[in-house]
Amino acid sequence: MSEEKTLEELEEQIERLKNLHSRNGLDLSEEIDTLSEKLRSKKERREEELDDWDRVKLARHPDRPGSEEYIDYLTEEFYPLQGDRLLGDDSALVGGLAKYKGESIVVIAQSKGGDAERSQQTNFGMLRSEGYRKARRLMELGEKFDFPILTIIDTPGAYPGKEAEKRNIGGMIARSIATMVSIEVPTVATVIGEGGSGGAVAIGAADRVLMLENSIYSVISPEGCAAILWNDRDRADEAARALKLTAVHAKELGVVDQVVEEGPEGAHEDFETSARNLDQAISSHLEELKGYDKDALMRKRREKYRSIGSYRKVVKKNQEE
Amino acid sequence: MPLFRDEEYLRVDFEEEQEKDEALWEKCESCGKLIFKKKLQENNHVCPNCGSYFFLSAKERIKTLVDEETFVDKTKRIESDDPLNFTDTQSYEAKVEENQAETGMFDAIIVGTGEVDGRPTVMSVMDFRFIGGSMGSVVGEQIVGGIERAVEAELPFVLVSSSGGARMQEGLLSLMQMVKTASARELLSEASLPFISVMTYPTTAGVEASIASLGDVTIAERGALIGFAGRRVIEKTIGEDLPQDFQSSEFALEHGIVDSVVERDAMRDELARILSFF
Repeated sequence: MSEEKTLEELEEQIERLKNLHSRNGLDLSEEIDTLSEKLRSKKERREEELDDWDRVKLARHPDRPGSEEYIDYLTEEFYPLQGDRLLGDDSALVGGLAKYKGESIVVIAQSKGGDAERSQQTNFGMLRSEGYRKARRLMELGEKFDFPILTIIDTPGAYPGKEAEKRNIGGMIARSIATMVSIEVPTVATVIGEGGSGGAVAIGAADRVLMLENSIYSVISPEGCAAILWNDRDRADEAARALKLTAVHAKELGVVDQVVEEGPEGAHEDFETSARNLDQAISSHLEELKGYDKDALMRKRREKYRSIGSYRKVVKKNQEE
Repeated sequence: MPLFRDEEYLRVDFEEEQEKDEALWEKCESCGKLIFKKKLQENNHVCPNCGSYFFLSAKERIKTLVDEETFVDKTKRIESDDPLNFTDTQSYEAKVEENQAETGMFDAIIVGTGEVDGRPTVMSVMDFRFIGGSMGSVVGEQIVGGIERAVEAELPFVLVSSSGGARMQEGLLSLMQMVKTASARELLSEASLPFISVMTYPTTAGVEASIASLGDVTIAERGALIGFAGRRVIEKTIGEDLPQDFQSSEFALEHGIVDSVVERDAMRDELARILSFF
């Protein structure tokens, strides 16, 4: 990782030169350009080293910090709320009232659990219907008191169970999305690990969507995709590459607003850097969103999702006869 | 794609269907009886012998629902541009072209205006033959376009779903169509226009977990498959076999997921009756 250290050093050096440049009126633009170019090529090389499948493994790394750790780092105070007010509490959905930079907010987060016992309780982060109903309850709470909403996404997908189907899990996901796009408060969603399909997007319909550098966001798991395409789950690495599920790809597709850097070692080795960068990113997005009046906020959100997708005009062919 | 099975529906081999197009008879795979094709068409693609439902294409479905000569196709002239440059056994681009050639459609949905027993609607109908009726950027855009048309013309919006979920080959962009359609759906609410969601075989995964579940009134055709996760995935997770009727229309009714289960023959009248309240 020695090369990566130079990467940070380079950034610092450029920063120093820029300061000198602006403060003292020294013309250092040539030096700055040279160093910037060096930094860019180094970054590119690093991108090449980590394959998309490596990112999947990093996103699922057992030591990767979970929602609880980020909530603890980001908020000054957190008061968890429990229950969906109908059937029970889903411990895979951690949420409640919190103080962020001195202001009240609502946090809605998916938890994989961490240790063995908690992982059992949270079904490894697979939410049941109760979890999505609880998420909706918390969104409505935020809207009622004009508290901004932060969501943290980390799930392999919604829980595929018999009870979940009886309790209309698909309908609960649909309503969670519908609620999230219509609540009139600023919303910021961050994928910190796995953004698994509909179960993830249920709390992802935000004004701003961020992804940690080594997180993934996908319509289907690479294993599920490989099983459908080639009837072979072992070809998940190929599927991972085909699905373009990394943070950088998601940004290119226009789905994600910002990729948050984790530092050279990754969040599982260096939590502090990821958390600090995420804190900065969230606070600057929130500040910007709070500057909009409600009409502007809703208009921008609507435009954002109205325009998502990729297609082209049909030139010759006729539909049906 | 190995999707879902239901005894009430017949798995249609499309290549075979093309060849058989010339044939006058079609075999009911449920009771084995050979049925005169014209008679099958007249009978809404329901087997006159055993009552099994044959698969309906979007076009055939529209014929069963709207008044004669009232349907105007307003499907946008757009198609997928393969944003991921996705290739499995064949390129996604080639797959789309092949499906277009087979179905005569741009993608898995037809959107237009049509009257149901004299009541004008915007009618959107998905077609399972086109890559499992899956929702990618084009289907999402067509649904939103349909909703916007309904708002503009102050018409009720009807969506007939027949979809396995989000389209894998467009990755994250398909997943985002869940948000795009759910967000557009709010326009109907704001304009106090009704959204009638009709679930047919199948209405599952990303489509069930978004627009299809957001109807003001939701009805299921008999023999539909309604659910989020696939049967095999659930069986593997819970380690037990699921009952035969799991995720059926009747199952959905029993668990409060839909308002009613309707026979194919009665669907037009049912829709007209619901629309009469708005």
